[in-house]
Parts: sequence; C-alpha cells; structure tokens
Amino acid sequence: MKSKIQLAFEKCKKEKRPALISYTVASDPNQKKSLRILSSISPHVDLAEIGFPFSTPIGDGPDIQTSSFRAIKNGFKLRDIFKIIKEYNKINNPKPIILMGYYNMIYQYGENNFLKDCKKVGVSGIICVDLPWPENRIFAKKCKKKSINFIQLVAPTTTKNRIKKIIRESHDMVYYISMLSTTGGKLKVSPKKILENYNKIKKINPKKNYVIGFGITDKTIKSLKSADGLVVGSLLCKTITNSLKMRQNPVTKIGKVVYYLKKRII
Amino acid sequence: MSLKIKKGIPLIDQHDKNGMWGGKFGGNFVPETLKKPIEDLEKLFSKLRKDKSFVKERDYYFENYVGAPTPLIPLNQLTDYLGGAQIWAKVVSENPGTAHKIYNAIVHCLIAKRAGKKFVCGDTGAGMAGKTLAMVAKKFGLKCKIFMGVKDIKRQKPNVDAMKKFGAEVVPVTSGSQTLIDAVSECMRYWVANCLESHLVVGSTVGPNIFVKICGYSTSQISRELIVQIKDEFGKIPRRLKLLNVCGGGSSSYGFWSSFMDYDKKQVEFVGIEAGGPKKSKLHAAPLTNNSKIGILHGAAQYVIQDKDGQIGLTDSISAGLDYSGISPLHCFLKDTKRARYTSATDEEALSAFKLVSSMENISPSLEPAHAFAEAIKIAPKLSKDTIIVVNSCGDSLKDRDIIKQRLGSYVR
Repeated sequence: MKSKIQLAFEKCKKEKRPALISYTVASDPNQKKSLRILSSISPHVDLAEIGFPFSTPIGDGPDIQTSSFRAIKNGFKLRDIFKIIKEYNKINNPKPIILMGYYNMIYQYGENNFLKDCKKVGVSGIICVDLPWPENRIFAKKCKKKSINFIQLVAPTTTKNRIKKIIRESHDMVYYISMLSTTGGKLKVSPKKILENYNKIKKINPKKNYVIGFGITDKTIKSLKSADGLVVGSLLCKTITNSLKMRQNPVTKIGKVVYYLKKRII
Repeated sequence: MSLKIKKGIPLIDQHDKNGMWGGKFGGNFVPETLKKPIEDLEKLFSKLRKDKSFVKERDYYFENYVGAPTPLIPLNQLTDYLGGAQIWAKVVSENPGTAHKIYNAIVHCLIAKRAGKKFVCGDTGAGMAGKTLAMVAKKFGLKCKIFMGVKDIKRQKPNVDAMKKFGAEVVPVTSGSQTLIDAVSECMRYWVANCLESHLVVGSTVGPNIFVKICGYSTSQISRELIVQIKDEFGKIPRRLKLLNVCGGGSSSYGFWSSFMDYDKKQVEFVGIEAGGPKKSKLHAAPLTNNSKIGILHGAAQYVIQDKDGQIGLTDSISAGLDYSGISPLHCFLKDTKRARYTSATDEEALSAFKLVSSMENISPSLEPAHAFAEAIKIAPKLSKDTIIVVNSCGDSLKDRDIIKQRLGSYVR
C-alpha cells in the first residue's frame, strides 16, 4: 500500500507543481494556538512538518530557535505533540504529518514508545536532525515496520558514494539541505546551483521524492519550483514571532503567508 | 555487560566503529552536513598522529612555547596544617594562558594549518579556552572567533579583554541560559554553516567523537610530564597515590590521569570533583556524582542533566568553566568501569579551599581547581602520611578576582 506521503507527492506531480511543506513548532506559541495555526495553513500545504522543540539544538537558526524556546517556556512536553496531531487529524482533509526534532527527546521517550504513539495518532513521517545515516539504521527500520517514513537528509557536503547508500536505504522521501547553513539562513547559493546539485541527486533514483529545504522564503520559492517539494520553516516561525511582537493574531497572519507561498508555485 | 578498560591502548582509542566507548558513550549524533567535515578531520588526525614531523612540531611548541614541564611542587604548609597525606600540586596554571587549555589549542591550530583552514572557531565558558585559543591562533596566523555566553562575558571580564587583545572576535551568545552550554551549541551551529572554511575547536573532551579524541590526545601531555616528575621525586610510583582533578567537561582530568590508566586503582586512584553549585541550589553541574541518566548532548551520548522529557537541564556554579550539564564520554566510561571515583564540592567549599590554599602556599588556583583542593582538604587528614595526593592546579585565580572579591571581601593572590 502506498504511504500517505507518496500519495501526496503523486497528487502534486499530476498537478505539475511541487509539494508545499510547512514547518511549525509544536506548542508555539502555546498548545491551543499551534493547533489553530496548523489548521489555518493546512488547506494550502501538501505535507506539514511539526517540530518538537529541544533545549540545545545544533542545527537550527535563530527563527526556529526562538519558536522552540518559546514553546518550551510555555510548558511544552513531548506528549503534547500527540494531542495536537490527534486533534488536527479530526479536521476536514488533514494533510500527512511529519515530526521533526532531535534524537535525545525520542531516546528519553523510548524509540518503541515514541513510534507506538506516532502510529496511534497517525504520524506519517519522522525527521531526526542529529541521527544521521548509518547511526539511524536501526531506528529507520523500526519506522518502516510501523509504516512510518523515516526521512533521510542529504547535504551539499555529502559525498556521492554516501548519497547512493543513503538513498538506497531511504523510504519515500529524501530531504536535500540546500546549502551549508543552519535553518533559515540567507540563501548563499544561487537557485540554479541548488537545482543543479538537486538534479544530480535525483538522477540516482528518480522514483523517490526529493524535497529542498533551508533558506526558502516567499522571495526564493518560485525559482526552485521544479523540485518535487519545498519546505518553508523559518519564514513561518518568524511570522509568528513578528505577529506576537506587533500584537497581531499569528493564526490569520500565517494563513495568509502560506496561501501566498502556494500561489507562487502553481 | 561489564565494561573493561584495555591495557596498553590510550583510552581515547578504545571506542568502537560507531565512535562509542563501552558501546554507550560518545558517538557522532550530528546533522548530516557535518558528517563529511568530521570524517575528513578523523582521517587527517589519524594520519598526523603517525606523522613524525607533526609530533615533533607539537613537542617543539609544548617545550618552547608552553615551557613544558609545568612544575610539580609540595604544599608543605597545607600538609602540616591538615596532617595526614602529603599534598602536592601540579601547577599547570604556570602555562601561558594560565590553564591546561593551551595543549588543545596548539594541537588544533597545527591541525587547522595542515588542513589549509584560514580560521578557527571555538567555545568558551570561563574564557580560559577562548583566551588561549585566541593567543595561539594569533601566533599561528589564524583568524579566530570565540563564542561565549553573555552571562559568562560579564563574570569573566579579564579573559574577554584578553581575547580581544589577541585579535579574536568574541561572539556573545544570548540564547538559553547564556553560559557554556549555549556557547557550545552556537559554535557548533556556526560550524554547520561554515564548515568548509573554518576549523572547529571544541574546548573540552566533549562533542562528536573526534573532538573528544583530539582534546584528550592534547591534554595527555600533563600526565606524560607528571609520571616522570613523580618517578624523579619518589624514585618510583608511590604505593598510595591519589590524583585529584576538577571535572567540568573533563579535559584536564583526562589529561592528568591518562598515563596512569594501567595502574591498579588501589595504587593510583583517580578522583574527579564536579561542581556542587551553591549549597542550597539544586542546579548542580555534577552529572556523575548525582547519577544523571544517559542522554545526547552536542553530538555525544553521555550522562547529562536533563528532565524526563530530555530537555537539557540548567546548571549553576560559581565556576563558569564548570557550568556544563554534560560530561565527557571518557569520564562516563571511567565511572562505569569504576576506574575513577567522582564526587562534588560546593561553591562555598571551593571558595574556602581557595582561601586556605592561597594564604598558605605560593599558588593561587582559580575557582575550578579550588573544587579539587576542597576534596584534598576533606580527605587528607584521614589518610596515612605515606599517601601522596597530587592536585591538578589547572587554572589561575586572576580571572576570578571580581567573584572572589565579592564573595570573600578581598582578593589577595
């Protein structure tokens, strides 16, 4: 049976556009609002990544850090993420959910326990920032057994040989990190160059779905629209931060931002 | 599974193919972007260790720039006052940079040069690692960027001034608790974004496997000197020798002990002293003493202070250099194999140890090694006169003058 993630990509391919993937942090700014934020962006995205915030992230830029620290400060606990997803999946036409975070949280929750709860609420995929290949082999297999996608990452520094091995063991989706940066950096490589690298990777196994993330904003998204999917995260976190600062409602604001992003790629 | 230390092999090399000691400490829990730079560094370091010209160059700088060996001196007044064991100090703070951090800084700068990198970036807590890296980088013609928590910038000002004097850029870290732990995170994030041009210097035996190894390899110089000095002084290794060292990240203690690893612990005992924090606080930076659970922090599995969810816990110590929630995988391994014993000293105990030692002896340890002196003061009276205690005096108090003045009323060297 095809996974929900696979079906989402197939639908986008039919419509000749890239999948739009959002990233927001669970419980940012609080549990209730983060669910409303998710629901407000849901009609415009094809997949939704939800970050579980960690106190000492080594891959995130300032915007996602701010969102994460805000969520932790407001009392985020890992079990909350399952409550949020359970509620989210009750809405009309919910999109496949991908959880993203750091390994210590999964480790303390217990890998099996974590996957059990993911399955229970209907999580479709998992990205673990600091559990690279081959360290992630055992966990990735456990995910597959539960029919949850473990999403491998590939970076500009990844050697060709390594890329081949990673793709061979990947599931339906592979995440290509656009440049050497933490999340949300300014795009320091031209979109042309990013797509050049991207296409080289895609050629290795064109059947898989490859998404590009890091540094994608309303300004850069159009130039990368030939990819299978595009992830926007820091821009959304920043939108929440700015709305809070200006005492605006982040829920309506972020809905508009994502709607506009979608318009740029169809 | 019972863990065992192998004889005749440096502890830093006793990890498995996943980079883990005892199958559960260390490793490489890093973002994909860092996999290649780390692999390159592993290859280069393993090649350089076998390269005679590299080792010769390292030794040249250790002898002529650091001025090895640092003195081993008897603390006669303190011994007489306490009664019991003979107390000695290895005055590592006589180094330029006034701490043990210079060994790691030199080795990393030599590696950076060979790797063709133009600049180095490093983290710092107390500022010792930062100051020393800035100084050494300048000597080797490398640009230098130091990440330091805003809270530490305030409380260790003399070291911040020194870093700037050596031409380093000091990057204030405002995230989280604004101390060492956040400085390490920020520095790693910086490296993720700049790994092709820059060389990362992790300031202690923490972080991904290769950084634990390079740092341990570097600080081992301390015990290479000490074992010779002890044999010179006593004719042989004494029947009862205790090596006391403060443990923050764990670089000085690993270096202080490594050459004695194969001795029976009944003959050469290792005692690691962690930061007990303020007497009434619960935020102790003492993961080994307080039996913290294993977690993943800064790329390595280790005993680490954390909550049930896995969020890394905050710490509170008078010593900025000890304000770290984790501890080197090497020490986790030493604890589980029972080769070393770990305990803690409070802020107050460290302060009074500083007062006693600096008033009686011609040394002025910083508040970090003062934690180890506190343990010496505690145990010496109960021990026999033929027991030898050596304390690694691995930092100088000048950087702490403001804190000491505030807490003790005056600062006298």
